[in-house]
Amino acid sequence: MATGIKDKVAIIGMGCTRFGERWDVGSEELIVEAFTECIEDAGIEKNDIQAAWFGSSVDQVNIGGSALPLSTTLRLPYIPVTRTENYCATGTEAFRGAVYAVASGAYDICLAQGVEKLKDTGYGGLPAGGSSSGTLQWLWWPNGTAPGNFAQLASAYAAKYKISDEDLKRAIAHVSAKSHANGVLNPKAHLRKAVTIEQIMAAPIIAHPLGLFDCCGVSDGSACAIVTTPEIAKDMGKKDFVTVKAIQLALSSGEEMAYDAWDGDHFVTTDKCSVVAYKEAGVTNPREEISMMEVHDCFSITELVTYEDLHISDRGMAWKEALDGFYDIDGQVPCQVDGGLKCFGHPIGASGLRMLYEMYLQLHGRAGERQLKDPKLGLTHNLGGFPFMNVCAVSIIGKYDQ
Amino acid sequence: MIGITSYGAYIPRLRLKRMSIFQSLGWYSPAIIAVAQGERSMCNWDEDSMTMAVAAARDCLVGKEKTKIGACFLGSTTLPFSDRQNAGILATALNLREDILTSDFTSSQKAGTTALVTALETIRGGGKKNILVTAADNREAKPASSYEMWFGDGAASVMVGDEDVIAEFKGDYSLAYDFVDHYRGAKSKFDYTWEERWVRDEGYSKIIPEAVNGLFGKLGISMDQVDKLVYPCYFKAIHGKIAKSLGAGPEKLVDNMHEVCGETGTAHPLLMLASVLEEASPGDRILVAGFGQGSNALYFEVTENIKNLPSRNGVKGSLGRKKSVENYPKFLSFRDEMIKETGIRAEAPTQTAMTVLWRKRKMIHGLVGGKCRDCGTPQFPKMDICVKPECNHINTQDDYEFADILARVKTFTGDMLAFSIDPPAIYGMIQFEGGGRFMADFTDCELKDVKVGIPVNMSFRKRFTDKERGFTGYFWKAIPQAG
Repeated sequence: MATGIKDKVAIIGMGCTRFGERWDVGSEELIVEAFTECIEDAGIEKNDIQAAWFGSSVDQVNIGGSALPLSTTLRLPYIPVTRTENYCATGTEAFRGAVYAVASGAYDICLAQGVEKLKDTGYGGLPAGGSSSGTLQWLWWPNGTAPGNFAQLASAYAAKYKISDEDLKRAIAHVSAKSHANGVLNPKAHLRKAVTIEQIMAAPIIAHPLGLFDCCGVSDGSACAIVTTPEIAKDMGKKDFVTVKAIQLALSSGEEMAYDAWDGDHFVTTDKCSVVAYKEAGVTNPREEISMMEVHDCFSITELVTYEDLHISDRGMAWKEALDGFYDIDGQVPCQVDGGLKCFGHPIGASGLRMLYEMYLQLHGRAGERQLKDPKLGLTHNLGGFPFMNVCAVSIIGKYDQ
Repeated sequence: MIGITSYGAYIPRLRLKRMSIFQSLGWYSPAIIAVAQGERSMCNWDEDSMTMAVAAARDCLVGKEKTKIGACFLGSTTLPFSDRQNAGILATALNLREDILTSDFTSSQKAGTTALVTALETIRGGGKKNILVTAADNREAKPASSYEMWFGDGAASVMVGDEDVIAEFKGDYSLAYDFVDHYRGAKSKFDYTWEERWVRDEGYSKIIPEAVNGLFGKLGISMDQVDKLVYPCYFKAIHGKIAKSLGAGPEKLVDNMHEVCGETGTAHPLLMLASVLEEASPGDRILVAGFGQGSNALYFEVTENIKNLPSRNGVKGSLGRKKSVENYPKFLSFRDEMIKETGIRAEAPTQTAMTVLWRKRKMIHGLVGGKCRDCGTPQFPKMDICVKPECNHINTQDDYEFADILARVKTFTGDMLAFSIDPPAIYGMIQFEGGGRFMADFTDCELKDVKVGIPVNMSFRKRFTDKERGFTGYFWKAIPQAG
């Protein structure tokens, strides 16, 4: 009988680059920047790492396939290194690989690292794949973009709950304003400027009804984690360390896009994935027990409906609770404490690990100006693909003895 | 009895006000004011002869059993492929039987009427019982030319056969002259035209009367036995004079549609014929002639069956569904006659895998999905495992056509970031009545008209153009209807 991952793996070190338009560096330098912080934090030698998992997503325009970019950049000494790719859950997938390897007993110490160098693509947003994104898809899918696909959540959500366009626009503007306010406090964030709700609502439309400030930034970055067992962590003299409470994934079955049940207003995957993750972590009342969250705010409307899919807000209530400040840094469940994708941008392979990095800092009381008071459990969430067909990941971490 | 058994028409929704051309280019070519009356039809950016042919043929198939069709002919001089049978694309889009005869009729403006004569003679020969004849054109003309004013885009479709005949075929007469009023070299985009006065006086004014009189002589009839006279001629005054010379009064001459549509090339005689049939009464006698390197003339008599033909969009419906355009640069842009900055997203790869297109031809061109015979769930695309979670049975899907099923908007957006010739790119999830859904491009609409819940109809359109390889990809799009 499977017992889940709770408390079987400890995170003993993490690192994260400054995110941004890092014109002066490539993936190689970003990898080293994050890794240097991480290995110092862990207090181990590079050669203590027995296996590694490497997340990168847009290899066609970036660093190429395979895990060789990680092994050669870090000069890893002929150890197993595996590349993971699962859309926006890519970084979390790398983490999951390393965590499961340690939990299985196959290795003592593993590395998970993700990187993406989006600003070498020449695109303002994510690059368009055209016919390279699937030989059949090319023949029938709309020539859409990420904002265009996620924006449709707004039309469906507003129709389902009979919310006026103006009210919903203001609610999602609050979501973005809140994240910008948090990003100001974070020296590693790409965008560090406060933005008012009025500015957000007046910005040029990217994909109706989403305006410029409803969209996350486009950035370069890397983040990583070193994991081991709690026993080894204790042997190493680590005290008060952080362990993994849950890591779950849920992928669309194809129902959303082809069966008749889904209304287009939320993520079926997140709804299901979070329930399994809470069970794995032993969380029975997420609204009360989750101290803080980093969710996939590729677009403001994505974050808004995710509040409901994570079973923190009731159905149809997220827009009101967002406006009431429930998810603000001084609210009951602060969300995007580090500024989120909104201020960090979304170098795809790195994002999942970047979110864990913030939760890790907060749990250790090392989050500086944005430090929350005594957080217990931090939740991270990734959502890759499109509302009608996607990959969802939910992770929960907390202190070992709690 | 053999003859016409059904008809259909399609004129694009967009109509360019001809004065907008003059307002832009009158400084350069003041003479075009002479033909700047009214509006000319223009393809939307995702329309071409193939998409218009599919639309007209679908109009023609209303109330008809398409499994009875034994041949599919397509007339046009503006087909997307020089070597890949275009009629085959049409037949696949209509999901016709695969054991049929298909052929393109091309290289002359009379190709539409030639296809019709060939179909009727084939029926008369007894080899086929039902043939679908469709003609479509979207000819290019150089900016500031009279031809740009005269031409319109459109399509018409006529079904011929030996049962439920609505207009009996009485006979035909053809002429073949290598009279080159214009030509378009095999590699050329535009026509090269000879002097208008010669085309008018030695071409239209002599060849059409010769064909009409030839048919009169062959059938032993005169203009007294003609109620409606159909032939194309973009010189409006000459169009009238030819009729007069043949002894036909203005009540017999069918309008050349200059003010409302323009001349639609090979489709035009058939489009004008459709405009007659939708107003016709039993007993009406119609003479149709095409023009282009000679002529084809055909003679029909309308039967009682015309009363039983279900209603369709036809010419009237097409003309009524319109959006006037006064933005001439938009016309040029849609026809790729104006180079604009398209941004990096237009540079994404555009290659089509022919293997995939072959395996999925019914899905992509025919909009054929599946219906599970165990649980009854319609679904798109048709896949091996049923999408209904409580079913998930394997290999239980039968073909299920979605093209004629009403759908409703479930979600939508107007995307300014996506590459589009006419931004924003409007797309969203559509839900078919009875089951089935997919993420579809929307077309022929403005963002302000799209709402969750409004009905949409499906239309066969260009999905992409692969300029590097000369390939046009087609799929189906949703057209929002007034809620």
